[in-house]
Amino acid sequence: MAHVRLKIQRFNPEMDSAPQWREYTVEAEPTDRVLDALHAVKWHHDGSLAFRRSCAHGVCGSDAMMINGKNRLACKLLIKDLKQPIVVEPMRGFAVVKDLIVDQTKFFEKYRSVKPYLIAEEPPPATERLQSPKQQERFEDTTKCILCGACTTSCPSFWANGEYVGPAAIVQAHRFLFDSRDQGAEERLEVLNKASGVWRCRTIFNCTDACPRGINVTKAIVEVQNLLVAHAKQGSTTDAAQ
Amino acid sequence: MSRYRGGIGQWSWMFHRITGVGVLVFLCLHILDTFLIVLGPEHYNAIIAWYRHPVFRVSEVGLFACVLYHSLNGVRIILFEAWTGLVRWHRQMFYVQMAIFAVCMLPVTYLMLRPVFGR
Ligand code: HEM
Ligand code: SF4
Ligand code: FES
Repeated sequence: MAHVRLKIQRFNPEMDSAPQWREYTVEAEPTDRVLDALHAVKWHHDGSLAFRRSCAHGVCGSDAMMINGKNRLACKLLIKDLKQPIVVEPMRGFAVVKDLIVDQTKFFEKYRSVKPYLIAEEPPPATERLQSPKQQERFEDTTKCILCGACTTSCPSFWANGEYVGPAAIVQAHRFLFDSRDQGAEERLEVLNKASGVWRCRTIFNCTDACPRGINVTKAIVEVQNLLVAHAKQGSTTDAAQ
Repeated sequence: MSRYRGGIGQWSWMFHRITGVGVLVFLCLHILDTFLIVLGPEHYNAIIAWYRHPVFRVSEVGLFACVLYHSLNGVRIILFEAWTGLVRWHRQMFYVQMAIFAVCMLPVTYLMLRPVFGR
């Protein structure tokens, strides 16, 4: 066990007029994760600390936060890899509900706005909707998203304009736009072609650097932009995945 | 609140915007000073003479650097659109871009400043 120093941004809207920094020293192994240190604070020092987490193993996407200036999952970062004090803040660009918990209502609204589900006009076949491995590869990368929000809240375009649909929603749209079984391109591209859509991307790469799933977010965004250009040229309803 | 510690992409974008806006501001000023010709050649000549001042000659190197950086970085971004696979190599491409930048700046700076400071 070693001493681990943390500097956490605290905010309780019922008591504080502005967020404030508090420092904590806890006992933890260097091979523990930041999440373990946050647990140590909450369980042994200050039970009022609020943060989200569920799976604790990088699967559910609940505990994305800004750690030492970068968006990361607290459950995937080892203490030994970080400079101390470990500075922990809520994700940027969302309203803070309390401490490290942010209001993700709009984030999920945008997620739903790109219709992140299979849209197929034809009646389902008797067996599966077949797809070749090559067709699956086309959108494999964007299936890995766990909707943590690290990408969207690392994006300067999103900080500047909260209406921007954001990288996470574009990644989700990409996952279906490039699926050969899907026919919802027209509806999704309409949302993504708006002023709040994919054209707000400035190729800054913060999203790609932040994604805990290693998704090439910028590539997905550029591919959706290119798809929009191709659609505009054709002016037709041809399926995106062909 | 602390600063978000973005990587190369964040910096290259910041410089892209600074140089883009910078060149735009210069362009507007330059349209204005050229416009002075309608007031008569004496006003025009008086203002345009400023461009020969050493401070302006050195600033012109800065202007060239801005345009060069902005164009190279702009071309890099356009290449991503043409070949999306290149996105994976954006850091390496930035290093190459800055090497080209340096190789262009050295002789240009020399050629632009020689008449100001040299013989
Ligand atoms: C060879 C010439 C040029 C090329 C290849 C070029 C390329 C680009 C590209 C690709 C962008 C979009 C960047 C992005 O979305 O990430 C851009 C933005 C911009 N450009 Fe240029 N450009 C050139 C010349 C100029 C000139 C001469 C000016 C000024 C008069 C200028 C001003 C700007 C500005 C203000 C932006 C917006 C920056 C931002 O949104 O962050 N550009 N340029
Ligand atoms: S793309 Fe990556 S960073 Fe963005 S929400 Fe999905 S998992 Fe999180
Ligand atoms: S707690 Fe589920 S991803 Fe970290």
